[in-house]
Amino acid sequence: MSVETMDAEARTESRPLLSYRGRVALTRLLLVAVIFGVWELASGRLFSAFWVSKPSLIAIYIWKWIVAGDFFYQMSFTFGSMLAGFAAGTLLGLAAGVVLSRTQFAADVLDPFLIAINGIPRVALAPLFVVWFGIDMLPKIVLVFTLVFFVIFYNTYAGIKSVERRFTDLAFVMGANERDLFAKVILPAAMPHIFLGIKLSIPYALIGAIIGEFVASSAGLGWKIQMETSLYNTTGTMAGLIVMMLIVVAMNSLLAVVERRLLRWQPASRYGAAQNQ
Amino acid sequence: MTGSAIKSASLVRPFIVAEQPEHRPILQFRDVTKTYRSDRGSVKALDRLSLEVTEGEFLTIVGPSGCGKSTLLNILVGLELPSDGEIALDGARAVERKAVGYVMQNDNLYPWRTLRENVEFPLELRGVPAAERRDISLRYLEKVRLQDFADRYPYELSGGMRQRGNIVRALSFSPRILVMDEPFGPLDAQTRLLLQNLLLELWAEERKTIIFITHDLHEAIGLGDRVVVLTARPGRVKSVHSVDIPRPRHLRHLHENASYRSLLSRIGDELAEEIQVQSGDKP
Repeated sequence: MSVETMDAEARTESRPLLSYRGRVALTRLLLVAVIFGVWELASGRLFSAFWVSKPSLIAIYIWKWIVAGDFFYQMSFTFGSMLAGFAAGTLLGLAAGVVLSRTQFAADVLDPFLIAINGIPRVALAPLFVVWFGIDMLPKIVLVFTLVFFVIFYNTYAGIKSVERRFTDLAFVMGANERDLFAKVILPAAMPHIFLGIKLSIPYALIGAIIGEFVASSAGLGWKIQMETSLYNTTGTMAGLIVMMLIVVAMNSLLAVVERRLLRWQPASRYGAAQNQ
Repeated sequence: MTGSAIKSASLVRPFIVAEQPEHRPILQFRDVTKTYRSDRGSVKALDRLSLEVTEGEFLTIVGPSGCGKSTLLNILVGLELPSDGEIALDGARAVERKAVGYVMQNDNLYPWRTLRENVEFPLELRGVPAAERRDISLRYLEKVRLQDFADRYPYELSGGMRQRGNIVRALSFSPRILVMDEPFGPLDAQTRLLLQNLLLELWAEERKTIIFITHDLHEAIGLGDRVVVLTARPGRVKSVHSVDIPRPRHLRHLHENASYRSLLSRIGDELAEEIQVQSGDKP
C-alpha cells in the first residue's frame, strides 16, 4: 500500500489529466468491461452458455425481474433481515465490547465461552433457528446477528484495549472524569478499530441472511438463487449473485463516505488503503 | 552514597522569604519516597526527596537517567501516589489534580481533534462555554504563532508545531503550575532553540511557575532560575544551583557568559559523579 501511496504522490506532482482517484475509478470500470466482454464473447463459443450464462442474458433477466416487481419483494426480504440483524449485532456488539473492555474480570471469565460460541459454524445453527423461529425473517435476523455481533464485539474490545495509556493519562491529569474520559478520549481513539469492524461485518451480514434463506425460507434473494439453481436456470442464479455483489459494494461505498467524515483526522492515505483492502 | 553529596543539598530555606509575594513557596515536596514492589523484590525510585518551589519560578531538574524523574512527575501530577511523604500545593496537603498543566516528552495532541480543539480540551472538561473557549484557544495559538493552523489535525503539523500546541494546551486553563517532562527532547536542534526561546517569552508574559525536567544541561541552565540536580537511584536532591544570568536570555548566546560556563562545568561534574555511582551500582 505504501508503495502505491508514494507513487500516487509522485504522480500528482507532475499533474496528470486525471486525479489518482479518478484513474483508479476509470481503471476499475475498464476491468469490469473487460471481464464482462470476455464472458459475453466466450460464452457460447468456448463453453456452453448453459453453465455460466451470459452478461446480456443476465441483464435482460434482471430487467424483467425488476419490471415484474418480484425483485423488490425478494430484495426487501433479504435486505430487511440483513439490516435488522446488522443493526442489532452492531449495537449489542458495541455495548458488549465497551462493557467487557472495562471489566477485566468479566472478560476473563467469558473469554472461552465467547470463543466456543463464535466457533460454531453458522450453517450448523441455521436449521435449529428454523425449528425455533420458523421460516420467515426472524431466523435470518438472528443468524445475521450471531455473525455481526462477534465481529463488532472483538473489534470494539481490541480498539478500546489498544487506546494508548498516554492519551488517557493526560486526560486524567487535565481533569477528565470517567464520562469525559470515555466519550472524549477512549471512544474516538478506538473509532478506527470499531469502524473496521463495521466494515468487515457487512459481508458477514449478507452471508448470514443468504445461508438462512438457503436452509428454509419463504422468500428472499437466497431462496430465489436456490430455486433457480434447482431448475438449472444459471441465468437466474447469476442474476442473484450479481445483485448480491452490488449490495455489498453499495453498502461499502456508503460506509466509506461516513468513514471519511468520521475519521477525517487520519492521514488520507490511511483511509484510502483501508477502503481498498 | 558519599556524605558530601547529601550535605550540599541545602534545602532548608527559612520561611521568612514567604513575606515577599513573589517568593512565596507554591509547592513543597516533603520527604517524598516511592518504592515499587513486585514479586522479584522492591525497587526504591525516590528516597525522602524534599524540595521547595517558589511562585513564578522557572525550576529545571536534571539527573542521571533512571533517577526517578518521571516517578517524581507522575506523583506531582497525580498519576501515582507516593509511598511516603507528601507534596503540598499552596500549603494544602495534596496537589489538586486540575491545578497542573502537564507537557509530556512525546507529542500528545489528540489526533482526532484539530489543534484548536486540542487546546480547548481542558477548558471543555471545565465546562467553559464554547465562545469563550474559542477566544482563549485562539489567543494562545497566536502567542505561539500557530493561529493559521488552528483547524488543522495533528498529522498535518510538524513536530515543533505539535509541541507548541501541547504547551499552550497545558496553559490554556491557567493551571497553578506548568510541568514539563523533557518536552524538547525529540526535536531537532534548530526547532528546539526556537521553542526554548518561545517558552521563555511565554513565561516572561505569564510568570507561571514551571517545573522543567531535562537531560540537556545547556537547556537546564539557560531556561531555569534554579537548577536541581538529582542523585542516581534512589533519587533525592543532590544540589540546587541558582542561575544568576540576567534575563531576558537568548539561549544561543549563553556560551559567552562566564557564570553560564562555570555552572555548566560544576553541574556537569556533579552529574558525572552520579552517573558513575549508578554504573558502579549494578549493570
